[in-house]
Amino acid sequence: MMIEKFAAITAEERQAENEHDHTIKVCVAAGCLSSQSNEVLTALKNGLGEHRGCHVKGVGCMGLCSQGPLVAVATKTNATPQTVMYQNVKAEDATEIVQALGKEPVARLALNTDVPFFQRQTKIVLENCGAIDPERIEEYIAAGGYQGLLTTLTESSPSEVIDEIVRSGLRGRGGGGYPTGLKWTTVAKMDGPGKYVICNADEGDPGAFMDRSVLESDPHRVLEGMAIAGYAVGASEGYIYVRGEYPLAVERLKIAIRQANRLGVLGSKVCGTTFDFNVHIRLGAGAFVCGEETALIASIEGKRGTPRPRPPYPAEHGLWGKPTLINNVETFANVPAIIRKGGAWYATIGTAKSKGTKVFALAGSIQNTGLIEVPMGMSLSEIIHEIGGVPIGKCKAVQTGGPSGGCIPAAYFDTPVDYESLKALGSIMGSGGMIIMDESSSMVDVARYFMEFCMSESCGKCVTCRVGTVHMYNLLDKIYQGKAWRRDLNTLEKLCDLVMNTSLCGLGQTAPNPVLSTLRYFRHEYLNKLLDGAEDGRMATAATTQPLEARP
Amino acid sequence: MNQPTQARIFTLKIDGVDVAAREHETILELAQENNIFIPTLCHLEGLTEFGGCRLCVVEVQGSNRLFPACMTTVTEGMEVTTDSERLRVYRYMILGMLFSERNHVCSVCVSNGHCDLQFLAAKLGMTRVEMPYLHPSMVVDASHQHFIMDHNRCILCQRCVRVCGEIEGAFTKGVMGRGASSRIIHDLNGAWGDSKTCTSCGKCVNVCPTGALAEKGKSAGEMVKRRDWLPYLRSMQED
Repeated sequence: MMIEKFAAITAEERQAENEHDHTIKVCVAAGCLSSQSNEVLTALKNGLGEHRGCHVKGVGCMGLCSQGPLVAVATKTNATPQTVMYQNVKAEDATEIVQALGKEPVARLALNTDVPFFQRQTKIVLENCGAIDPERIEEYIAAGGYQGLLTTLTESSPSEVIDEIVRSGLRGRGGGGYPTGLKWTTVAKMDGPGKYVICNADEGDPGAFMDRSVLESDPHRVLEGMAIAGYAVGASEGYIYVRGEYPLAVERLKIAIRQANRLGVLGSKVCGTTFDFNVHIRLGAGAFVCGEETALIASIEGKRGTPRPRPPYPAEHGLWGKPTLINNVETFANVPAIIRKGGAWYATIGTAKSKGTKVFALAGSIQNTGLIEVPMGMSLSEIIHEIGGVPIGKCKAVQTGGPSGGCIPAAYFDTPVDYESLKALGSIMGSGGMIIMDESSSMVDVARYFMEFCMSESCGKCVTCRVGTVHMYNLLDKIYQGKAWRRDLNTLEKLCDLVMNTSLCGLGQTAPNPVLSTLRYFRHEYLNKLLDGAEDGRMATAATTQPLEARP
Repeated sequence: MNQPTQARIFTLKIDGVDVAAREHETILELAQENNIFIPTLCHLEGLTEFGGCRLCVVEVQGSNRLFPACMTTVTEGMEVTTDSERLRVYRYMILGMLFSERNHVCSVCVSNGHCDLQFLAAKLGMTRVEMPYLHPSMVVDASHQHFIMDHNRCILCQRCVRVCGEIEGAFTKGVMGRGASSRIIHDLNGAWGDSKTCTSCGKCVNVCPTGALAEKGKSAGEMVKRRDWLPYLRSMQED
């Protein structure tokens, strides 16, 4: 029986843990690995020597990526168990850290965790990140993993599972915010057999690394969420579409799938029940547009990754023409917690319309670059100034939602972060990337950067996106270089309207957003760059020095 | 589209006129039955719909979004507007984009006078291209014994790609690249003349809306394309 197996694994893990007084956790997610945390891990293992009461392991992301490699030392010998965190650890520091075990921590490396960055977070999706070894299923199970799947399969009917998700108020974390429960209901109501569950892990927004961290730090959580979804909608095949630029995430997913199949929590006869669920990995080849669900499906089918008009939605006509449920990594990662603790519990977190927590990747000119998870409804100011550590007044704007989002100026930082409020400001929640910009950033340049991104990532299928992004980029470049006139700005606005309204898929429809939002809040920056941008349309001095043929 | 005889019948309004339509029928098919003109470029009867040229977008009451008429099926009580000031402006701009994208010079084109793009420009009253020309450097593939592929005149409607795969079953033509650098290729981006899969049937040449695909030996304005065979071949396939 699976439940006894889980109990045995948990007991074994606990016992192994109790044998050691200290546990040293080294972050081995992409951020810290890129600053050689694997060398730190080896050095610590070697440096342990005859120290018997200590155990060293690699764990997932601890959040504060800018201070990596991060090392956490958990000690149980004292009356109260405590954890000390070290930042910027190098391989040479290993002996010092080992010597300090059970004594005063190494002051030189110690990281103060009594700061808002650590204290203000609410961890649901990231609860195991930085705590468990992502390459060992036993640790995930000991942390309560796969128990939700087991109770679901043995005690609930599919409709009860869906009810629980509906009750939780969970909404799609990929950006659109479509109610997850509604999506599941739609797919569940379609006629089977032969339905599919797809996990969208084609995270491509510049500055976003939430999905990457979740997959690298806690891959089993996503698999469990997918299996529960499969049971709820009646699918027995699952696909994870991961971008090829995430080799570590792919490697850890492969390990996780192998372990889960061997243990019997995935594959045929999951947990000894009649439910089958096989998970396959598909690699993206670097096209941003493949994050769009219909293009993603085409790509899995082996075709060129181009979108098609919706409706019909994938819930009705998806992978190989079958009803398909597509959710984002973070959405699936929320599911095990909802099933374990109940939808009602989840609904207590967040705002009236946006429930739960959201993972954000903080990047840009910010002190605490890294990954955070906060309840919905926290204000931008709390996230940026308190958690991010940016002094008030040192931040000009924040860009949310990647190339489909917009820039929100500092004056609006009191806004609570939820789907509707961000939309009202002309931006979107998106997948959760936040790029903080200081006074030195030119908003025209920001818009130009994102337009360049959309231009090179357009699939080329529909005319307005293919040609429109090129024209908009050229105009933005012209404005940025100070060679444009008012009529160029007019043309730019007309093009934004056209591309937004007539493009085939989400990429084209939202490509003008960075331009529109910067025009809305920073129009003066555009006007300042125009040759005839002054209030009365008078030509700037630069214009009069232009050669005659350059004038309109 | 052939549907079972039990197909449901919907009544709806196009441009204020009450019309009846079969279930699964597209707005474009319905409009054409009722002699309502909707500009199209990538659509061609007998090929699967593509939805890429965006010229056929129409307004549907109750939604702010625009819908491609070629791929939107009718529903009961729908109210469609195929022509409005807003749509006219959009279509005009889209057409301008197509002209500005590559190097379209009608006077020296083999398809001058028989070109779908040129026809639409005249029909929509286009007198000049407002957007700056991009003037990309494109190549001409004249390696095939009978045909020429001139990428300067290609609008990437992919009619040739579809007819090659769906009707001829050769799958010689494909697309490579992304965005503005996408282009039509043969096999794995080899010369057309070296293609082992091309049957030289010439269907791609006849479905091409512009002078991008033409027979060799034709001078300016001499390339007239025939497409009457296409619906017959499609219906033979379906039977």
